[in-house]
Amino acid sequence: MSSVGSLLDALGGFVDLLPVLLIVTPILMAAAPVALGLRFDRTGWTVAAITAVGLVSGALALAAEVYTRGAVIHNLGGYPRTYGIELVADEFSTAIIVLVATISAGVLAYTRRGGPRGNTFYSAYLLLTGGLLGISLTGDVFNLFVFLEISSLATYALIASGDGPESAVAALKYLILGTIGASIYLTGVAFLFMATGTLNMAELALAIPGAEAQVLVRAAFAFIFVGFALKVAQWPLHTWQPSAYQHAPDGVTPLVAALVSTASAYALGRVMYTVFGPDFLTSTPYLTEIVVTVGTVSILAGSTLAVIQRDVKRMLAFSSVSQFGLIVAAYGLVNETAFVGATIHLVGHGLMKAGLFAAVGLVSVSYGARTVDEYAGLATNRPVAAGATAALLIALVGVPPAVGFVGKWYIGLGAVRAEQWPVAVVIFLSTMLTLAYTARLLEKMYFTPASPLEAAHPSEPVAADGGDGAAPLDRGVPGAVSVGMVALVVVAAVGAIALGFAGGAFFELLDPFVSEVFN
Amino acid sequence: MIELLATQYAYVLLFVLFGIGIYMVIANENLVKKLIGVSLFQSAIFLFFIAMAYVEGGSAPIVPADGPVASPLPQVIVLTAIVVGIAMTAVGLALVIRIYSEYGTLREDTLREVRADE
Repeated sequence: MSSVGSLLDALGGFVDLLPVLLIVTPILMAAAPVALGLRFDRTGWTVAAITAVGLVSGALALAAEVYTRGAVIHNLGGYPRTYGIELVADEFSTAIIVLVATISAGVLAYTRRGGPRGNTFYSAYLLLTGGLLGISLTGDVFNLFVFLEISSLATYALIASGDGPESAVAALKYLILGTIGASIYLTGVAFLFMATGTLNMAELALAIPGAEAQVLVRAAFAFIFVGFALKVAQWPLHTWQPSAYQHAPDGVTPLVAALVSTASAYALGRVMYTVFGPDFLTSTPYLTEIVVTVGTVSILAGSTLAVIQRDVKRMLAFSSVSQFGLIVAAYGLVNETAFVGATIHLVGHGLMKAGLFAAVGLVSVSYGARTVDEYAGLATNRPVAAGATAALLIALVGVPPAVGFVGKWYIGLGAVRAEQWPVAVVIFLSTMLTLAYTARLLEKMYFTPASPLEAAHPSEPVAADGGDGAAPLDRGVPGAVSVGMVALVVVAAVGAIALGFAGGAFFELLDPFVSEVFN
Repeated sequence: MIELLATQYAYVLLFVLFGIGIYMVIANENLVKKLIGVSLFQSAIFLFFIAMAYVEGGSAPIVPADGPVASPLPQVIVLTAIVVGIAMTAVGLALVIRIYSEYGTLREDTLREVRADE
């Protein structure tokens, strides 16, 4: 019996190290593809796949520990948290860690065949994963800035690795705005440090209510909120985002769209609720009003701009602006229901957008379609891709039982509980607006027959027997699609619907964190 | 007002620098100058950290020290932030080089025209 006990103890010590390993492993392994590339060709995918499998199992082990026994906290180097760096895996961050680990592993299934290939891509990929896990795990506001910049740096490189020169322009625009966003956040951190003399999130939460200079704390919040609004791409600071998503390589967009803004939005929630706390948010005049207004305006502007786009990738990019608007608005409502809704929508939106952007890449390879009009006839010619895309789009609209519905439902319920009727109306309206742009795509895929004239690469005229119109068109390169690419899209679609049944479970899992924050 | 300038002049100067940096990013058409603006903007924030750690009559925070020392934490932070800032500038300049070799221009307005023609 004693051996079992010592095994558990050993494992317990290991779980304590998991937060560190989850960050350090991918960042160290990022050097491996380039180093091995000096001797061998194409080792990048293997290195990345091994690391990703390790990260998924690590994230799941951490989740099992956190959701059964409570938060895992690690003080780096054994320094006390007043001036050392603390890594915190609690109920809120673990949800994002599992999302980051699984989505980034899933994207590898796509890139094996769909590209981009090359060892440098996998180095940047691992750096990005490490940075995102760092954002999720850190318990220190300055450390958060460093991880934000690490993941942004990798994102700029990944976006610029697109084929056309347009991708370099998009990446530079993102770099300039992203750096300004992070720097504005850093200014906010400086004000917080001036007001309290600490950088640890838990210490800040204790020090802020008693800080003498509340002006500094308010200024800090203003800077931090604007910085994150830029990073999360809230209207009118979203201008970098559509071109960055559109011009990134098809294998990169699912990763960037699903995870980078999600991690920033998570960090905003973390800073708002763990550092400043609900009391500060509600007692500061006009604060919640401004946050809610930014969110709701983004919902409306993002959806409206999405409706008028012709390029499918760009349309989905504007859709992200509106979906993150929903999350920011939920943060501004400051109640438990809306907060849980925001977390569910963060996870659900990440999953849905990963699937949708992977589907866009798949369709552009196998069907040669990039604009909404070119999607005509997809259902008859590529039924699996069309079916999975349709399921994801419907989930995004928020049709029950999909996860998009659960998130929006709780956020809407939160708005009703907070008696913020305009927000409740906008959330209802956002469903209609999401339907406006998804229905356009669904209609093209299922009800408009493909016309060879519209094809990007027109096929030979169909034989003189008059063709029955249902014959598969000779477009794109269906053979270039691997099982992994299809699997990612289908698994994301199934997951988006299956998670819809987990709304209550989310509530229970997040409960310890939520009740600590709100009481 | 005069008193504020006399005692807090460092903060005032740094916020002017902050403004100049962000104005350069917005108003300048040249991509390299935009990046210089970002650097200036970041430098203002770094100096702001250093300025607030200043202790009247304090020496550099090297242990062991006699008498008052400046707060070491902001200095550590700024060291890290400078490294991050340099990495950003390097990636930004690499992108500028790629844009220049593709389009043959560094001016944003010309770039817009070239891209609109394509």
